[in-house]
Amino acid sequence: MAFIPKVQIEKVNIKYQTLDGETNALEDISLSIREGEFVSIVGPSGCGKSTLLSLISGLLKPTSGQVLIDGKPPQGSSQKLGYMLQQDYLFEWRTVYKNIMLGLEIQGKNKHSVKNKVHNLLKQYGLWSFRHYYPHQLSGGMRQRVALIRTLAVDPEILLLDEPFAALDYQTRLTLEDEVATILKRANKTVILVTHDISEAVAMSDRVIVISKRPGRVKADFKIEYAAGRLAPFETRKAPEFRNYFNCIWKELDIHVEGTPSG
Amino acid sequence: MWKEHLVAKLKQHLGKGGVTPEHAHYLAQIRLGKLAVWATQLTLLIALILFWEVGANMRLIDPFITSQPSSIYHTFLRMAKDSSIFLHTGITVLETTLSFIIGTIAGSLIAVFLWWSDFFSRVLDPYIVILNSTPKIALGPLFIVFLGDGMKSIITMALTISIIVTIVMVYTGFREVDPNKIKLIRTFGANKLQILQKVVLPASVPTMMAALKVNVGMSFVGVIVGEFLVARAGLGYLIVYGQQVFQLHLAMTSVVVLIITAAVLYQLVACLENRFLRWKE
Ligand SMILES: Nc1ncnc2c1ncn2[C@@H]1O[C@H](COP(=O)(O)OP(=O)(O)O)[C@@H](O)[C@H]1O
Ligand SMILES: [Mg+2]
Repeated sequence: MAFIPKVQIEKVNIKYQTLDGETNALEDISLSIREGEFVSIVGPSGCGKSTLLSLISGLLKPTSGQVLIDGKPPQGSSQKLGYMLQQDYLFEWRTVYKNIMLGLEIQGKNKHSVKNKVHNLLKQYGLWSFRHYYPHQLSGGMRQRVALIRTLAVDPEILLLDEPFAALDYQTRLTLEDEVATILKRANKTVILVTHDISEAVAMSDRVIVISKRPGRVKADFKIEYAAGRLAPFETRKAPEFRNYFNCIWKELDIHVEGTPSG
Repeated sequence: MWKEHLVAKLKQHLGKGGVTPEHAHYLAQIRLGKLAVWATQLTLLIALILFWEVGANMRLIDPFITSQPSSIYHTFLRMAKDSSIFLHTGITVLETTLSFIIGTIAGSLIAVFLWWSDFFSRVLDPYIVILNSTPKIALGPLFIVFLGDGMKSIITMALTISIIVTIVMVYTGFREVDPNKIKLIRTFGANKLQILQKVVLPASVPTMMAALKVNVGMSFVGVIVGEFLVARAGLGYLIVYGQQVFQLHLAMTSVVVLIITAAVLYQLVACLENRFLRWKE
């Protein structure tokens, strides 16, 4: 059986058209991502990271080139994909529980068996006792967890996460990184994580892809391996290789404002 | 001695539910503020009524023109005895409710249609703008020609006012829904109907409630003007009739009943709003 990558991007260009002109967002991007791989994407802001995720999700069509999911072009909105946007966009008129059920409602999957799974997720992420709360009653970290569970509830094979931890304070971020990486790894999900935090990328991923300034191109592609094997992000930050990877990526990024060393 | 006791008693009552003495003090402070506003409002009303009554008795103002509270009260009692006031009020309320409900439903449906079809919303935009800025009341005489001098004309009059307001307010609400929320639901594969059901409509509930509140008032205006023009019954008719035969007691009584009715209708809609917006608490 031939090896088919989970996500394959072939020579993709994306240009945004507006009345004022066009923006060349992504140029000649080719990538292939294995099943179960945890890939981080880093790059200066405005380089097209969010665009790349929208492209993979199928919400955005490439100007040229193609995207293949499991070797096939995605049909409409693929139910294999879960896409977590840059902000939580919780519906303030729905309770935590109803927010989480949103995707299942849309996909007509809110059956009894699925509800059990949602209950488990709520307990796993410490949100069970908050399930009847409204979003404005939650802290930033809790809102982000709700958004994550909403994405996980539909049981996607591929997760697209757009800076999911960016708005959180440092402690909450470290905790959530740990939780999320462990849970997703155990479930063998394919994950594409966009972040501007190099240490987060190095700590969580099997692979880090650096995108250049606009128009975005793949500038570097690092395989992250630890002698001690796959560890939880909190542990990897202490591993001897961590600093090394961090510095290499820092150099590739070649910028002066974004991502301060913090690990 | 008893005075201090009373003040202490009042303080205790105002601070009820406080979890600590400080909290009780805080609650008492807030409740005292509310009480003061409420008491002043009531005093103002009573003062106004007293001034009106006494002023009329002392001929500072002419009760033949302005009527006076006691006469209004007696007129009301007389009209309540033969039920005529309830009949007239009922008719006005019926007409207002009908045009309010039809205006709200039809207006919202049209707003949904405009949201659904970007093309038609752009085509119809200038027509709506012009209709919105036209004083619809000016069309009243035309409606009488088209529809005869009955309830149909009155309701149509009120409907034209309320429907346009509804369309404009609701459609604007739809347009202001965060496009990212729509993007979010599209990541789950939502189709256009689902986007409408799950995002656009619920997100617009606050605007729709605001539209309802404006709408009651608008329908009321339409109905009263309609009744001025053509009616043989209703509060608007009573006011015009009272003025024509120079029975200002009758006209004033009708105005007072009108004000109370308007307040009740508005409160009913406000209650509805509270029910629908519980998540905002
Ligand atoms: N809908 C759009 N229309 C026009 N230009 C856009 C649109 N979305 C993004 N862009 C532009 O494309 C570039 C890449 O955007 P984005 O993917 O959001 O970057 P990043 O997520 O890396 O910060 C930016 O310059 C942005 O201004
Ligand atoms: Mg972005």
